[in-house]
Amino acid sequence: MSTVVAKDRPRAAVHKFASCDGCQLAFLNLGEDLLLLSSLVEFVHFAEAGLVNPEAPVDIAFVEGSIGTIRDVERIQRVRARSRYLVAIGACATAGGLQALRNLADGQAWIADVYASPGYVESLETSTAVAQHVKVDLELWGCPVNSRQLIAAVRALLFGVVPLEEHDKVCMECKRAQVVCVMVAQGLPCMGPVTRTGCGALCPSFGRDCYACYGPAENPNTEALGRRLEGLGIAPAAIGRRFLAINNGAPPFTEAGLRRVHGHD
Amino acid sequence: METGFLPRGRFQELLAVLHRSGYRCLGPQVRDGAIVYAAISVAEDLPRGARDHQAAGHYRIEQTASPRYFGWANGPQALKPLVFAPQEVLWRARRQADGGLELHQEMPPAERLAVIGVRACDLAALALQDRHFLGAAGDDPHYAARRAELFLVAVHCSDPSDVCFCVSTGDGPQASSGFDLALCELDSGFIVESGSDRGAVVAAELKLEAVGADARAAAARQADAARTRQHRSLPGRDLRAVLFANLEHPRWGEVAGRCLACGNCTSVCPTCFCHASVETPALDGGASVHARAWDSCFSQGHSYIHGLTVRSDTRTRYRQWLTHKLGSWHGQFGRSGCVGCGRCISWCPVGIDITEEAAAVCTGAADE
Amino acid sequence: MNELLLPHEAEVAECVRESPTVFTLRLRFRDSVRHGRYRFAPGQFNMLYLYGVGEVPISIVSDPLDDTLFDHTIRAVGRVTRGLAQLRAGDRLGIRGPYGRGWPLPQAQGRDVMIITGGLGCAPAVSVINYVMRRRENFGELIIMQGVKHADDLIWAERYRRWSTLAHTQVLVAADVGSALWPWHVGHVTDLFARARIDAHKSIVMMCGPEGMMRIAADLLRARGVSESAIWLSMERSMQCAVGHCGHCQIGGKFVCTDGPVFNYAEIRDLLSVRGL
Repeated sequence: MSTVVAKDRPRAAVHKFASCDGCQLAFLNLGEDLLLLSSLVEFVHFAEAGLVNPEAPVDIAFVEGSIGTIRDVERIQRVRARSRYLVAIGACATAGGLQALRNLADGQAWIADVYASPGYVESLETSTAVAQHVKVDLELWGCPVNSRQLIAAVRALLFGVVPLEEHDKVCMECKRAQVVCVMVAQGLPCMGPVTRTGCGALCPSFGRDCYACYGPAENPNTEALGRRLEGLGIAPAAIGRRFLAINNGAPPFTEAGLRRVHGHD
Repeated sequence: METGFLPRGRFQELLAVLHRSGYRCLGPQVRDGAIVYAAISVAEDLPRGARDHQAAGHYRIEQTASPRYFGWANGPQALKPLVFAPQEVLWRARRQADGGLELHQEMPPAERLAVIGVRACDLAALALQDRHFLGAAGDDPHYAARRAELFLVAVHCSDPSDVCFCVSTGDGPQASSGFDLALCELDSGFIVESGSDRGAVVAAELKLEAVGADARAAAARQADAARTRQHRSLPGRDLRAVLFANLEHPRWGEVAGRCLACGNCTSVCPTCFCHASVETPALDGGASVHARAWDSCFSQGHSYIHGLTVRSDTRTRYRQWLTHKLGSWHGQFGRSGCVGCGRCISWCPVGIDITEEAAAVCTGAADE
Repeated sequence: MNELLLPHEAEVAECVRESPTVFTLRLRFRDSVRHGRYRFAPGQFNMLYLYGVGEVPISIVSDPLDDTLFDHTIRAVGRVTRGLAQLRAGDRLGIRGPYGRGWPLPQAQGRDVMIITGGLGCAPAVSVINYVMRRRENFGELIIMQGVKHADDLIWAERYRRWSTLAHTQVLVAADVGSALWPWHVGHVTDLFARARIDAHKSIVMMCGPEGMMRIAADLLRARGVSESAIWLSMERSMQCAVGHCGHCQIGGKFVCTDGPVFNYAEIRDLLSVRGL
């Protein structure tokens, strides 16, 4: 591969907030393409890859993680101020992540239960999406996001066009892959009909049900799916928990989940 | 044209003749809990004794002791994926050093494909897809290439499922045209008809036996039973006028409350043809792939034009699907777009029944 | 070989800024034989392929007899059109076309021509205005009615002023929101019908713009005695293949890309009144 380093490469940063670091692996797992990518884009801050310069102004900032502390609230403002184009990557950054479950509970009580010295923990009461704090130019959903999504976004930006938003339902790509529907043929409680595409219908193609890790699709009918899951014999509270999982902080899922959990608990 | 009888024990000979003629054979198999078309080389690959139980939103396979290979109604796939591929590269672009663009059409690999176990409804759907993709606007080259090399072995449907309604649409259960060979499966073997010159050539190589009177009588009884077994129907063949007179019917809003707008119905529908363009540039920017992928009128992108989504809610999307499938197809193709295969009923995750929705909108419209 | 959907390489000869968001690409095919053979009718469109990004349908605004270049006037509103706005002279793109049914210009010969546009829809109609202006003796009165949302959205203001001074030509322009030096009407273009010098029996009307505006305009025209068969509209829908295959552009049973984009009012009157079709 001939990798010619462009002279005026756009500068990019990868910032981490409250997260597991898994989405950043979508960069590191690019293999040979990682070399190509760094010839097209100059990474100036990417702590997981050993580059630390968080205050550098950049053209593209990738933000992983949710906003969960006072310091996060202030730091995301600095990131925004220093970035021309801000991309929130992964369920934590787009919906607050699994840790947003504390928004629906008494988070302080959990801390007191879990930690010997809760005084050292300075979490906010809530874990929230980046877009609730600053303007986000693009959201890449998924837990974690994958390399294909990142490449598509970067390539579009390099071409000077807005990346394409992917928000169809998982079913669409599941059927394009000719996967037999696991809900119809096996009675599995698949979340595909309300879940955003992008994963390549990974779980159904291995014979298991989608668990909504890419968040809500456009126009999700969570009520109709919830009723269907009841028809499959799943208890309302369990259905509620399927919505209140990785993307519990995404409004359509929060609402659908709370309705089931509270309505029947 | 009836050509003779192939005893069950000699079915392998049909596959052998097709293989010798250069065809790769696809046939029904049970995979992931459903009948799907997949490569077969020997008769033992066929789903002997398999039966499908279908209902709205429900599909299960039961294994029985029946010796039959084709004692099921259908699976989620018709012939559509074989001719109108779910995703297909149309052309590629390459950027040259001087900024020039090279644009090259990419064609699917040429392959002679024989499909065993095609249903009458699937043949009717294929005829409609032919009219669409090989129509007035010009032949779609990719569809045409895949279609030209297809050898179709139909099997008359002996066991329609609970959701089948091909009698109502006039498309089955007996295959009447569009096949190279058609088989009527009996416990003892197959009555073979040829429907094309190349079908006749294959049939001649099989050295078929004469069809006995018993076999002929059993075939007739079986066909009658398959017909009378169906209990679903559409409220009429041409619903265009009544559907378009009821565009503001409250049922559209009601069904939108149940519909997931997930596109499963349009994906399994053997006549749905909508597809989106998909551009995938290489990371280095030096090349790009232009493909098409099945789209659905249930997606937001389907009706999006810069800043405006024409059909922004499920009510208008479901209405678009039904009024097109059962209504405006008549103007476009001279018949309804529904062949009564029942797939959209079984494979709808929430079990919405097209015959029920059509009836609700088209009959007693004023009562709602 | 049948290459139904394959674009062909074209070159930007010139990119003209018409307004902050509107630009005209003046194009030629790189293959001079293809360029020489290329023919289109006003109202037809091409698919423009922006390398690595995708295709968009854009109407052709230049004169069909101008064989040096063909022009597309484009508003940068979407992903691809904003990208096209960045092209400069010498840049390459892919073109396939022309597609669709254009304006009924043969039927318009000898008649009064009324052109009504609104919103962002002026480009397809400008091809007709230009066509008539260059063959002025073949047509009767020319009435140009143009509505824009904001005064700043009116491109080619100078041309409208010049047209308004010509004999047998009436220009009526309206902006929903005016500006300090806006010389035309403030309000809807449909407010201006009372002033339009319409001879119902001699007129042929060509419209494009928002469907609601066209519906109201058609009603006003019918009230003035213009027959349905003399009213023509250019419709807009998502188009991805342009050959009637991809299904996106359907309105009722019509494929806008092949049955249209120009329709006679009688063909789509019933469909225009239903939202979300």
